[in-house]
Amino acid sequence: MDFLRPASWEEALAAKAEHPTAVPIAGGTDVMVEINFDHRRPEYLLDLNRIGELSDWEVGEETVRLGASVPYSQIMDHLRTELPGLALASHTVASPQIRNRGGVGGNLGTASPAGDAHPALLAADCEVEVESVRGSRRIPIDAFYTGVKRNALAPDELIRAVHIDKADGPQQYSKVGTRNAMVIAVCAFGLAVHPESRTVRTGIGSAAPTPIRATTAEEFLNAALDEGGFWDNGKIITPSVAKQFADLCSAACNPIDDVRGTASYRRHAVGIMARRTLTWAWESYRNDHRMGGAA
Amino acid sequence: MRVNFTVNGRKQEADDVWEGESLLYVLRERMGLPGSKNACEQGECGSCTVRLDGVPVCSCLVAAGQVEGREVVTVEGLADYANNRSCAGSSCGTTLQEAQGWSAEGTDSQTGEGTELAPIQQAFIDAGAVQCGFCTPGLLVAADEMLERNPNPSDADIREALSGNLCRCTGYEKIMDAVRLAAARQSEPEGV
Repeated sequence: MDFLRPASWEEALAAKAEHPTAVPIAGGTDVMVEINFDHRRPEYLLDLNRIGELSDWEVGEETVRLGASVPYSQIMDHLRTELPGLALASHTVASPQIRNRGGVGGNLGTASPAGDAHPALLAADCEVEVESVRGSRRIPIDAFYTGVKRNALAPDELIRAVHIDKADGPQQYSKVGTRNAMVIAVCAFGLAVHPESRTVRTGIGSAAPTPIRATTAEEFLNAALDEGGFWDNGKIITPSVAKQFADLCSAACNPIDDVRGTASYRRHAVGIMARRTLTWAWESYRNDHRMGGAA
Repeated sequence: MRVNFTVNGRKQEADDVWEGESLLYVLRERMGLPGSKNACEQGECGSCTVRLDGVPVCSCLVAAGQVEGREVVTVEGLADYANNRSCAGSSCGTTLQEAQGWSAEGTDSQTGEGTELAPIQQAFIDAGAVQCGFCTPGLLVAADEMLERNPNPSDADIREALSGNLCRCTGYEKIMDAVRLAAARQSEPEGV
């Protein structure tokens, strides 16, 4: 095994081009487990810790440019306003020790359907900035996950940052596990209300081969909110609409039975989380709406 | 490969480090510092918790090569680290020899007496928060860091800060008592 220690982003890209099989390591919270357990013996480890810019973020007009290695603890502490869904998701990641090391780049690189950040990223909408010596490109999150633990990265590419839309409305995140800390999600659900585009977006984790959106459920809900004038009248969402939304979210799942839960439980739980997160987020929207109307 | 880094305030060098080796392995097997415990090797139990540039991390998940040029504090250096913090930095760290010889056992039969302890260590002894002792080093490092950041923690804050450290003996209540005790002592005015 060789340990590559690039001191700059350019050096890292050159190393990845020269050794496309090199495994990038930042927080190490996935990679080191595999090495410790002898599940993986990569020929090259590519350490990204010396590249300071990967741990920086920039809050822009429309988006936050989040460096691939910004630890979850920093997202919780500093980006709760701009990225409320991702901050909630970050808080459910493992433990303080793990949140101090792990970041969104690792979740995306591993592309496990159980990665905690994915539902929040899907719901908020974002683009993944990846680069190789051949050039830089941005992959829309909807096109990023290509299979179980597979993503749209080319072998010579590295994840540099994620450009996440700043919240323009309430966001929620919910995760099912056997306890609060240190659990891999049985399933997870993210929801973001986007008043500017008058849409609601979703993200589902651990209930399909890849993280997914419940697009049919979104289309149904967006049409129902529009037809009922909900965005303007700020009314409570009709229970039948919430139920239909929840059922469609369940139907979007394609889960498996495994040690953490059965497929039918996951489908059921996703429906419950969909209804709850929608209710919580819509309640916040109504409150903001009323305050806005009164002012 | 060779790794140069600071351990408990002193510059150290580890040689013949395997590229896939963890920081935990380097500390235990190459530096002779077995205070950080090796249990799950997957970041679940927190018994290997150390400070890396001040931040609590699971040393089993840090690749040895990643600590090049960085600062690590282990439980063996915790007393000095805490002391250094309270008297605003005149200490020169803990040598490997001192750290290797460090023990909570005192020169007499009383546990802890005659040995320099961090306030959190003393509180663990006084509250009876140590049973088999395997989780203790990780809990001490994590709890000490929380008290540094948050001198007056609520019970929820303590539970959250220690949520990455598993104890299979005590049921956590004595550990909670110990952290509350350390927090209370810390907030007492000097010299009282």
